[in-house]
Amino acid sequence: MTSYSKVHAPADLFDGLRTRPSQVWGAVRLVPLVRAEPVEDLRLHPRIHPGPGVVDLGRKGSYCSYIPHSFVAEWTGDGSPAAAYGTQLAEDRPGQEPVAAVGLHFHRRMARQEARRRLRFLPLHLALEGYLALHFGGPTIAWEEWSRQAVRQGLSPRVEAAYLGLQVPGLADALSVFEIHPGQCGVLVYLADALAAAFVVPHPEDYRTLHPTLVQDLYGDLVHHYATLMPPVSDFRAHIAGTGVRSLGELRAAAAEQTDRWAEFHDTTMAAGLVEQESVWQPVRRMGRFTLSRFLPEFRPKQDNHIGEAIVDEHGRTVYLKTFRLSENQVRRGFLLSRLAAHDWHLADTAAEFGIDSAALALRLETAGFGHLLRQRR
Amino acid sequence: MESYGDLVAADDVLLFVNAAITATGQREFHTDAGTQRLSLDFLHAYMLGNYRDLYAGVLALDINDHNAALIVRRLLETSGEATVEQRRGEGRLIAGRLALLPPQRVYGLFRALRRAGVNNRRTRALLRDWLAARPDLAFDAVKYRSGLKQALRHAHLSPGDGELGTFLFAPLSRAHYDTPILETWRRAHYEQAALYELPYTVAEGFAAKHGIARGVFLERIAPRLTRLETLRLQETAERRGVADSVRADLARMPLTRLAGYVLSLPAAERVERREELTGALRAAAVRVAGAHRGTWGRVTAVLDDSFSSYGSGVKRRRPLAVALACHYLLEALADRYTGLWTSGRRDALLAHPVGPTPLGERILDALETAPDRLVIVSDGWDNAPPGLAAEVLRVWRTRLDPERRTSAVHLNPVYDADDFDVRRLAPSVPTAGVRDAEDLPALVEIAQFAEGRTGLAELTAYLDARAERLTAAPGQRAAAGGAR
Repeated sequence: MTSYSKVHAPADLFDGLRTRPSQVWGAVRLVPLVRAEPVEDLRLHPRIHPGPGVVDLGRKGSYCSYIPHSFVAEWTGDGSPAAAYGTQLAEDRPGQEPVAAVGLHFHRRMARQEARRRLRFLPLHLALEGYLALHFGGPTIAWEEWSRQAVRQGLSPRVEAAYLGLQVPGLADALSVFEIHPGQCGVLVYLADALAAAFVVPHPEDYRTLHPTLVQDLYGDLVHHYATLMPPVSDFRAHIAGTGVRSLGELRAAAAEQTDRWAEFHDTTMAAGLVEQESVWQPVRRMGRFTLSRFLPEFRPKQDNHIGEAIVDEHGRTVYLKTFRLSENQVRRGFLLSRLAAHDWHLADTAAEFGIDSAALALRLETAGFGHLLRQRR
Repeated sequence: MESYGDLVAADDVLLFVNAAITATGQREFHTDAGTQRLSLDFLHAYMLGNYRDLYAGVLALDINDHNAALIVRRLLETSGEATVEQRRGEGRLIAGRLALLPPQRVYGLFRALRRAGVNNRRTRALLRDWLAARPDLAFDAVKYRSGLKQALRHAHLSPGDGELGTFLFAPLSRAHYDTPILETWRRAHYEQAALYELPYTVAEGFAAKHGIARGVFLERIAPRLTRLETLRLQETAERRGVADSVRADLARMPLTRLAGYVLSLPAAERVERREELTGALRAAAVRVAGAHRGTWGRVTAVLDDSFSSYGSGVKRRRPLAVALACHYLLEALADRYTGLWTSGRRDALLAHPVGPTPLGERILDALETAPDRLVIVSDGWDNAPPGLAAEVLRVWRTRLDPERRTSAVHLNPVYDADDFDVRRLAPSVPTAGVRDAEDLPALVEIAQFAEGRTGLAELTAYLDARAERLTAAPGQRAAAGGAR
């Protein structure tokens, strides 16, 4: 099963991306990220978006493509819809290698919708189950407390609650009135000024293609609560003191300073939860100069915890990034699992770390929803 | 010395005028139709309840037809609350305004009055006078059949000679009509050739009934099309291969409509027809500018072509069309003109709604050209970064140009339902709503009221002057705008 090790987490997650002024709609704040130079040699899989693949084939091996997690399209070639299982990197020739996909069975009506080639993501529950199963393996040592199921099948499938973007109040409106910047390659979604998701792609055209699909993405229940309960957030409006301004040039400099100050404030304060979180990275696939990795946070209770997938290039610059903010319950569960994993899934050792006995830990596991993993003792 | 109440009243009236110029109760980029209508209804109720005289006076300004009809309806609904003089003044204003409204709007208004159960003596008299002034009632009976029928029924009027009454209420009971258009209508039921002598909207129904191919129909009905119908059918005619017979004379079209038409064309076609389109836009602009041509000195415009200028599905590219029309009109009005698009685009003809709204930056660029007048056409959603335009304008006014060498005005084509007004950029810059670029000179006139704290007396005087003009020369504006 997948195991996580600390591998080169990029020093700066948003290297090469400039933060532009945010756009606010109700409790939603969208912060555009602009790339000065688009990454040309990694593009959306041609099945999703007929990119430069056909043209660039002459330069052999110079072009890779990627498929975002749980993206639904005709991956199998027999015309039936399927969902990509985990973000994937692919070679330049479409159709050469099979895409790891989960076949989907739809009612006839939905299959017809699919035929219209509309972009969309997998139905919600499947996507999140897949996500967590990707991240969590099972016990590596079969201590006697663990049930057969846990040892054989890992923790999968775990069902986690999440909300479709369409169910998050105001998010769909915010995305539809959002004005995409020229050269924009990514967006950070804040709800009530808490970072909900980060999304970065290599090329502005890919972004334009995927922007409407953000409402079909997943958001944690915390995000949903914030969006429902919090009042509208306010704009960070520019403010120029004006006392020292004697010419138009000085006024222009003061205006530019406002833009820079916002970018700095955002990068160091608002996005700090994601940028500064300690995370463990697991490389999944290497192709050309790109590496696809998945990362898990350290599960610090009562703080931002983001899981996600990223593709970085050879300089460690992020070219693709997609994160999901875990809810408090998920963090607590993840914390338990990560401590267990640290002690090789040994209950007594883990309990000792918490300063409780193993029966209390078993109870805690049970309340966290892991009861079925433990073998019942008489 | 004016009282505090008077200042509030003046503010409220200006706010209402802006709303009445821009709001149409339709979906906008940021708000849906329901919100727009709710907001506008509140504003009308508020104005009527607090300033009835001023509310009626607004009818004399260049407000849009939707709001004019709403005002008339509310005034007639609440006749009982008005004094005798008020009623007399209102009656004159309403009659003057009805003469300017397109007939379908007026019939729609009558229908609304009927639904609301408003049937006082004043309403009936207005209806009677308006119908009496119609140039050809038989034509109305054919084109606005149900409208006229309901109006007559509602006001208990007799339709004049016997034939019209029969036509409206028992149309196929006669074997022959003496009035030519009524006879044509009767024959069109049986004879295909006859329908080409009817108005387009009526003939369309008959064409469907007879199963006439669209291309053939368009080619033969072309002489009966009104100006705007021709413009609207350009692309259909092109697709059906009858473009030659349905050829609109673009140079004769109203400026904003023409801009909307240009924006509806794909970029490749705009490039191909550059000469023709630019020529038509310039000609229309020169016609609107009239005597003011070249009198505005150095003008710089900041024009918004951000994504929000797309408007909505029902008002497609309207804010952008207004900006484009203003571009050509200001070019005609100015001595030396610079037009700056927010996206940084140089070629106005290829304008396309895309990208954010860096108004602040663009205003800085505009001020660098040292203009006499700065005109900003934008929906006011300054977002890259938010609020920079306001700061730039404020610092410019207080620090760099306190003696007002440059006059600045902001024109906003979008009603903001949440604020009951058009969105403002900065308190130091007057903001006026704009519906058609053609009204621009008049709007700049109104905007000067908004610049300082305007006295109510001046405003009332202005409204009275406009009311004089409206009641003195009915039909003057009808000639200028659209097929009415």
